[in-house]
Amino acid sequence: MTDVRPRIRLPRSASAGDSITVKTLINHDMETGQRRNSAGETIPRQIINRFTCEFNGVMVIDVAMEPAISANPYMEFEAVVPESGEFVFTWYDDNGEVYTATEAFEVS
Amino acid sequence: MLTRRDTFAIGLGASAVALLPATAFADAVEDWITAYTGGAAMEEGGVTITAPEIAENGNTVPVSVSAEGATEIVLVATGNPTPGLGRFTFGPGSGAPMIATRIRLGRTQDVVAIAKMADGTFKTTRVEVKVTIGGCGG
Repeated sequence: MTDVRPRIRLPRSASAGDSITVKTLINHDMETGQRRNSAGETIPRQIINRFTCEFNGVMVIDVAMEPAISANPYMEFEAVVPESGEFVFTWYDDNGEVYTATEAFEVS
Repeated sequence: MLTRRDTFAIGLGASAVALLPATAFADAVEDWITAYTGGAAMEEGGVTITAPEIAENGNTVPVSVSAEGATEIVLVATGNPTPGLGRFTFGPGSGAPMIATRIRLGRTQDVVAIAKMADGTFKTTRVEVKVTIGGCGG
């Protein structure tokens, strides 16, 4: 999983104090640990087990993910933007890797 | 040689085995929910789950859930190999206690949402999703 690429979608504009809809997607197999390969061996579990979103250091949402979250996990949620600043998105892989994405957001 | 009585006994045994997984699933789900709520009573309603009535592909079923006044929501599948789907904790920067995501459902089953309210009480709702092609692979 070297080419994990997070994608973030934010609205074009918002006023200070608004709640905005944040959409995130990251490409990942989310291998459940239930499947078997052609030799009949269980394919070991490898999922993203946690996702967090912060805005200017304030926690927006913290998600504990289970294998039953679909491949390429998609998350849509609401975040309050009291001022302009930066979103930080973090995904934690079972293999210890951490993927982060940042996105600046300007309020009008 | 098989007598009629033997055949009957074998049939009983087979049906007992066939019934077992369903009960085991239900217990696992109950245990999972009790572990989360600490056995506290849950109020029905107050949580909205939006999910398709019929999901053609169990690999990716869009669901959204919201609960006014909730600080945390958990989603539970009643018919998957493992009951947990996800735990969503809303921080101070959250605009509304809602989440939309995509889940895997192995077969037709209920999806249960439990919302933990700010005062520590729990609310719950369940919806049935009919699955045409299961999403657990293997």
